Amino acid sequence: MDEVELKRIVWRSRRGLLELDLQLERFVAEDLPQLTEPELVLYRELLQYPDNDLLDYLNGRSECPNPRLWPIIARIRAAQR
Amino acid sequence: MSVPVRKFDAVIVGAGGAGLRAALQLSEAGLKTAVLSKVFPTRSHTVAAQGGVSASLGNSEPDHWHWHMYDTVKGSDWLGDQDAIEFMCREAPNVVVELEHFGMPFDRNADGTIYQRPFGGHMSNFGEKPVRRACAAADRTGHAMLHALYQRNVRANTQFFVEWMALDLVRDADGNVQGVVAMEMETSEIYVFQAKATLFATGGAGRIFASSTNAFINTGDGLGMAARAGIPLEDMEFWQFHPTGVAGAGVLITEGVRGEGGILRNSSGERFMERYAPNAKDLASRDVVSRAMVTEINEGRGCGPNKDHVLLDITHLDPEVIKSKLPGIREISIKFAGVDPIKAPIPVVPTCHYQMGGIPTNYRGEVVVDGNVVSGFYAAGEVACASVHGANRLGTNSLLDLLVFGKSSGNSMIDFIKTAPKDLPELAQADVERSVARVEALNTRAGGVEVNDARSAMQATMQKHCGVFRFKDMLADGVAKILEVEKLVQNMVIGDKSKTFNTARLEALEVENLIEVAKATMISANARTESRGAHVRDDAADTPQNPNGRDDENWLKHTLWYRAGNQLGYKPVTMKPLSVETIALKTRSY
Ligand SMILES: Cc1cc2nc3c(=O)[nH]c(=O)nc-3n(C[C@H](O)[C@H](O)[C@H](O)COP(=O)(O)OP(=O)(O)OC[C@H]3O[C@@H](n4cnc5c(N)ncnc54)[C@H](O)[C@@H]3O)c2cc1C
Repeated sequence: MDEVELKRIVWRSRRGLLELDLQLERFVAEDLPQLTEPELVLYRELLQYPDNDLLDYLNGRSECPNPRLWPIIARIRAAQR
Repeated sequence: MSVPVRKFDAVIVGAGGAGLRAALQLSEAGLKTAVLSKVFPTRSHTVAAQGGVSASLGNSEPDHWHWHMYDTVKGSDWLGDQDAIEFMCREAPNVVVELEHFGMPFDRNADGTIYQRPFGGHMSNFGEKPVRRACAAADRTGHAMLHALYQRNVRANTQFFVEWMALDLVRDADGNVQGVVAMEMETSEIYVFQAKATLFATGGAGRIFASSTNAFINTGDGLGMAARAGIPLEDMEFWQFHPTGVAGAGVLITEGVRGEGGILRNSSGERFMERYAPNAKDLASRDVVSRAMVTEINEGRGCGPNKDHVLLDITHLDPEVIKSKLPGIREISIKFAGVDPIKAPIPVVPTCHYQMGGIPTNYRGEVVVDGNVVSGFYAAGEVACASVHGANRLGTNSLLDLLVFGKSSGNSMIDFIKTAPKDLPELAQADVERSVARVEALNTRAGGVEVNDARSAMQATMQKHCGVFRFKDMLADGVAKILEVEKLVQNMVIGDKSKTFNTARLEALEVENLIEVAKATMISANARTESRGAHVRDDAADTPQNPNGRDDENWLKHTLWYRAGNQLGYKPVTMKPLSVETIALKTRSY
């Protein structure tokens, strides 16, 4: 993934919900640099979900309908204290 | 230097509820309409609204727009303009039903009508008893509203410019607004969006405070742009706070936690609410609890290394109760405070939630300065001050504000565009050049203050000196301090000078907007020597002559802060509604 795409992902990690901003900010700072190319693609895909759905996945309140995204969701959840 | 120009009938900055509602009006009228947004429209901060939108539909019990109007005037502590409030409350049923027709999935009653629930401050029969007035779509009202409006706009051919940031307003030599300067994030290219009519719908600026429930995107860009263009900001001392946000994060801890037996404690572990409210204790009303918390912190009994918060203790509750009755809270606390509330108390602090002030408009959405309409300029939503919320907003009245004034400003713009000459006038260059130079200064400055440091200094100053409960000396110091912080902001430096998605530069530009809001807030608050609504001062106490510290004789007026020289001006509150009698001044008590 080229640099532009990476930076676009960083910007798109800014959301309309504070809870998401806080969680994704931490993930982007600590984990994003270590993600492999396929993981980055999955993260980009995850960012397509509406804010409320995304928050529910990250809080474990509901399950993302796309099982391919489960590992990246787990990783974001693990990035939290 | 030549900046490329794109031409439209109307340009709207902001794709939250207010911007989308206005855009729809314009596009459906067949006008060429551009909407700019920093983020994808449905990720605007409106998505955070859960509670609902108010309208006196009377689906569950009798209700009337006049009662809604009374509640709103009273909620505003009489600082709201009664013409605008009447307009909003009368329009409410229309815009809500319209939204239903746009596909908004409202919760429904068995008979198919929109389900309504009670919400704080909304009463029947002029303050008699609570009424069901809030319409919601499960706990996703804001989200559903954005979706319905966005889909409809796509159908109406609104042109969206997503991931574009407006930088500055463009005014000609006579002050007429010609459009905005904006930057495409992906390329950092700067364009002028020229239009016959320009609307700001950029939302609030809650990020001026260290503790805020607002998403990172709420940086008051519209306010910064307006202030730099010589437009005053109205009533910026009025901000709504919630007593318990997670310290350092801002995420809300619901009042239900205290309802289930949660106790507030200071640094020595004392249950301090016993001193402030011997009967209600931790269940006292929001403002009483917030005030007590701030007093504890100010008097040195705060917790943590900086003594800047208090603790919300639920460790004495049965873990099973916590897990079953307060499940979300455990999660929030572990995630955002790093403590498991079953084992340790949660650090909390009063947290900024909503901005009542903004760009001065009338109920048609036209921006009004010194009694005159600014030709071609409109504002709606949280960025605007119509003023319907006055000194204090009622819950669910904000989403209503977006719909009513989004629509009315759209209509005003249509009328204006129809009478404007067919061809756009020659573009004035002075503001364009100033805007480009502002970005250039950030690109070329070497050595200076880190953006994060400047922002943190501003947020800490605002939180400490101009928070939920205010003190004369702290405010006076705060004015000096925030002007010092402004110098840091003027000297910000960014490491990344690249052209593509330069988030460092975007954030610096946002801080340049936030500081304008911070100054306006501090200076306006320092000057207003009474308590009214959300602006509560220690030195303006409850007396028989001035109940609750409100001083109508001297302060029943709107503040106007002008950026040039930090001047303040005032204008009267409009006490005369459109068709009914004035709702006469009274002490606000519930
Ligand atoms: C947690 C929370 C819960 C709430 N719940 C309720 C509720 O239940 N009921 C209620 O009535 N109110 C509620 N409110 C208040 C209400 O949600 C907001 O006041 C309202 O959504 C603001 O809408 P808006 O259209 O003015 O702006 P926003 O929705 O904030 O949209 C601003 C838009 O402007 C764009 N923008 C900003 N700056 C720029 C720029 N420089 N260039 C380009 N685009 C820009 C953004 O990208 C965005 O599209 C709540 C607020 C919070 C924080």
